[in-house]
Amino acid sequence: MSDEIKKITPPLTDEMVEGLNAGDQVSITGTVYTARDSAHKRLIALLDEGKELPFDMNGAVIYYVGPSPAKPGQIVGSAGPTTSYRMDAYSERLMEVGMKGMIGKGARAGHVVDAMVKHKAVYFAAIGGAAALIARSIKKVEIVAYEDLGPEAVRRMEVEDFRVVVINDTKGLDLYKMGQEKYQIA
Amino acid sequence: MARLALFFGEFMAVREIKASDITDTVRMLCIEANTDLGDDVIQAFEKGLKQEESPTGKAIFTALLENAKIARDEKVPMCQDTGFAVVFVEMGQEVVISGGSMDDAINEGVRHGYKEGFLRKSICDPFTRKNTKDNTPAVIITDIVEGDKFKITIAPKGGGSENMSRVTMLTPSGGKEAVVDFIVQRRQEAGSNPCPPVIVGACIGGTPEKAAILAKKALLRKIGEPNPDPELAGMEKELLLKINNLGMGPQGLGGRVFAMAVHLIKHPCHIASLPLAVNICCHASRHKEGEF
Ligand code: SF4
Repeated sequence: MSDEIKKITPPLTDEMVEGLNAGDQVSITGTVYTARDSAHKRLIALLDEGKELPFDMNGAVIYYVGPSPAKPGQIVGSAGPTTSYRMDAYSERLMEVGMKGMIGKGARAGHVVDAMVKHKAVYFAAIGGAAALIARSIKKVEIVAYEDLGPEAVRRMEVEDFRVVVINDTKGLDLYKMGQEKYQIA
Repeated sequence: MARLALFFGEFMAVREIKASDITDTVRMLCIEANTDLGDDVIQAFEKGLKQEESPTGKAIFTALLENAKIARDEKVPMCQDTGFAVVFVEMGQEVVISGGSMDDAINEGVRHGYKEGFLRKSICDPFTRKNTKDNTPAVIITDIVEGDKFKITIAPKGGGSENMSRVTMLTPSGGKEAVVDFIVQRRQEAGSNPCPPVIVGACIGGTPEKAAILAKKALLRKIGEPNPDPELAGMEKELLLKINNLGMGPQGLGGRVFAMAVHLIKHPCHIASLPLAVNICCHASRHKEGEF
């Protein structure tokens, strides 16, 4: 893993995504959209019905998060990643319509890793549970859809220097496996 | 308040506790548990930072220490998942609760605590997924004990780590080895989902439901406090070494410290069974106690 920090700003292009490798430290500045299980389910239902999505999926980065409520004076409450495998069933459909990045925690299913190679997309992890710290890199939050879902509503977030690490890249590599191989004691 | 009650013609002392006082305490403990990480966990982070060999792993421990400090100083939740409100009650048999039921008093406290503390409401219907919007009902586990004290512990538990819990019924012939293998394998399979570095709680014995409750209770022990049972203390050491030798490290990104502690509890079981429950707790190992 190199010490260099790669800076990116969504929307992401194929070239930007191909330049990222498993293990890269990445700093994201710009727009990310939030969605968890229930929101994913609704997005897929819209695609099934041939309807328009509530935000532009082209090059989009989706952050799997359900923030805690903002206290008075706060932009957002605590906002760390949720476990990603719950979104596995939906991710390929979203990659097909342009999603380029996902931020969460925990390993993805093999079919999702394959889909990232096929559709040129990456999966990042943020530090699970470091939610009060991560909230500091979120500068603006706006609900764009599904307000009734409360913490699970789709939000547009403007982030600044949001630190993540590339877990799965467009070459099919997986940092969880690479990291373990390096430190495992048989 | 002590008073005398007449039972079958005999006087015995009872201690009265007001339901509204229980509500107040629960409200306060919900907020405290979610914003003020225990000193034992902070110390375990500091120890982990020293032990960790991977630079990424070290950076994660530093981030977790900073995160805990922000949460404590600014009174914000350390994690956005402020959990299911799991409540352990130890109620002395000489206590009477006045002015309402204990469960209602506790749920009212959870309702207020999650609202006033700006904590996330994460409880929903299992099928419709409709949120109850106030984080109730709490899961309340009550033990009736001797005496006139009333002790209450709030242990919010996030979904990410709770989803990694398992109960299994092993074959008695498998013995200790099967227990150790299952726990290590469970920890490996859970990977980075429960936000490592974690604490692994497990109960060996009982019945499936008893084991599940005791595995969670095992998580309440302070990190670093030795198991009073030397046999279990030995197993905890062995398990911690095996788990950390997996090399999965903080956040599963590779490194030395995948778990900070293993806490075991043993309970007698049926001659035909060897139940085992494993409950993994993330680094946001939250629990606060109050006593009347
Ligand atoms: S597992 Fe724990 S630290 Fe991780 S997101 Fe859930 S509650 Fe937070």
